[in-house]
Amino acid sequence: MDMKRDYYEDVRIFTSGAVIFWTGILFLLLAIFPFVAKNYYVYVVNYMAINVIVVVGLNILVGFTGQISMGHAGFFAIGAYGTIVLMTHASFPFLLALPCAGLIAAFIGFLLGLPALRLEGPYLAIATLGFGITATQIIGKIKMFGERQGLHAPELAIGGWHIETDKDFYFLLIPITIALVIIARNIIKTRVGRAFISIRDADIAASTVGVNLTFYKTLAFAVSAFYAAVGGGLYAFVLRFIEPELFSMFMSVTFLTMVVVGGLGSIMGSVAGACLLGFLDIQLRNILEIPYFGDWIRMLSESYFTLTGASNIQLIIFGLILIVIMLFEPLGIFGMWIRSKKYWLAWPF
Amino acid sequence: MIEFLQMVLSGIAVGSSYALMGLGMVLIYKASEVPNFVQGEMALLPVFIAFMMLTSYNIPYYIAFPATLIFAFLLGCFLEFGILRRAKEPNVLGLIIITIGMEMMLLGFVSWKFGADQRAMPFPISSYDSIIIGDIFISTLDMLTLVVALVIMLSMFLFFRFSKMGVAMKATQMNENAAALMGIKTKQIRMVAWGISSAVGSVAGLLMAPILVEPYMMWDPMLKGFSGAVVGGMTSLPGAVFGAYIVGIVEHLFGGYVSLEFKSVVAFVIIVIVLCIKPSGLFARHYVKKV
Repeated sequence: MDMKRDYYEDVRIFTSGAVIFWTGILFLLLAIFPFVAKNYYVYVVNYMAINVIVVVGLNILVGFTGQISMGHAGFFAIGAYGTIVLMTHASFPFLLALPCAGLIAAFIGFLLGLPALRLEGPYLAIATLGFGITATQIIGKIKMFGERQGLHAPELAIGGWHIETDKDFYFLLIPITIALVIIARNIIKTRVGRAFISIRDADIAASTVGVNLTFYKTLAFAVSAFYAAVGGGLYAFVLRFIEPELFSMFMSVTFLTMVVVGGLGSIMGSVAGACLLGFLDIQLRNILEIPYFGDWIRMLSESYFTLTGASNIQLIIFGLILIVIMLFEPLGIFGMWIRSKKYWLAWPF
Repeated sequence: MIEFLQMVLSGIAVGSSYALMGLGMVLIYKASEVPNFVQGEMALLPVFIAFMMLTSYNIPYYIAFPATLIFAFLLGCFLEFGILRRAKEPNVLGLIIITIGMEMMLLGFVSWKFGADQRAMPFPISSYDSIIIGDIFISTLDMLTLVVALVIMLSMFLFFRFSKMGVAMKATQMNENAAALMGIKTKQIRMVAWGISSAVGSVAGLLMAPILVEPYMMWDPMLKGFSGAVVGGMTSLPGAVFGAYIVGIVEHLFGGYVSLEFKSVVAFVIIVIVLCIKPSGLFARHYVKKV
């Protein structure tokens, strides 16, 4: 069903009329959403969109290039702090500060990619994990970055457009997200993306056919770091206040979780995983306020557990999702989609 | 000079608990080839069980501690048998994700059950007494940690050298297929490796518990133990111990002479430096992948 007969069919975005139709519907829904939804849900969607950006970037590194990173909260923090500091101290406009912070992070990602050239598996995991923790620690000690007190995001204005509410920010964030997702998808379909995939599948074989391992591995780190930093820069304006404790190791792990749940090596899977887990993440933080279920949890907590620890149910649910997905569907949501598509295409049989 | 020796000694004391975590990590890495992120929480749950037994049920130490270790052993066995072994087409990343998932579940469960309060576990010896040797102080608890760590290392050495189970475990780690052909039940061996690792980690947890019991208490030792194991090469038990002591000592010296603020991140700097020089750690034979 997915047979490709020429290069054009491989690279084009819309593979059929149905895809165009549903994409149109999606854009329409995204456009009218902030006018019908409550302000809180606009905030939730903003949060999900930021997760989408970071997770798509992380998937380029983990899913397509096969390099594990457990330190993306570090790049995320660099992006958030970089954007705010460039805006307040160097008085850059937002649309310039954001990519600049991204490029700084990309450079640091390139530097992190250098030792990563020789590492794999657990060694790479601990090295990147160390990077994430170290980056946050260092940022938390620099005076210009507000040390432990954190930083407030400055006023945001593009041209004459003053962005104050979540709804305003939504109209800035969603186009950026869509653009970044399409760019990521196009990177994967070009020579660079094919080089990434070949490194994942067999790096020695890739180097024998002329893929420059040093260049493409560090490039994957840099691109991924850029995405994480852009996500971080936008996140700073969703929260309007950032502090070092936000960018904990748990955040890096959550990003990795989203990649895996969405499906390794699939852009649309990443989008789905980020939306699903981002939504769960923000909803489960106030688990006691969910109707019916919340009351039940409250009762359970009071009789057998502690009420103060009830928000940690989020961890249990996340862990359970991770284990179940890895045990039964290693390709995540994308794998489920592929499987159900195959099933329905050949339905009566 | 005294100051220097004092720091080295404190470093060794801290390094002992890192070494226990690192040992557990290496045992599991050799058995299942997965960096075990659940190592800390495999020790956390038993520590809280011990805490509960001691405070809520007033069970004496000589029953509570062995019971805790047995529980830890069973927990480790269950995690391998019930979850990790069920993975379909496992690759390294998938296994890492499964251990992270188990870690989140155990951590979430413990924090839900016990809340985030900081407490201290009752312990037979006080954590404030200290022994004075010459001009150097060492707390009795640190001394106990050091001794226990040495005893565990020695018994592990003896276990791998002389017991049938230990030799079978070594054989499985060298070549699983050959070991299976020799009649070794390799799956069972792997399960037991997880159990032992969990028990060893819990000893480290129990020795830290008199100072602080809270759900995130095992994070730092786990990461430092992991760092130590990576410095030592991830596949060598003596290497893990050596690496963990290096991490402990350097950390204390760095904290004393350079900067106390960045003390906790210096372990990762050590890792990056060591891995840049020897990508497989100090004690592992460098393994070249064949096409």
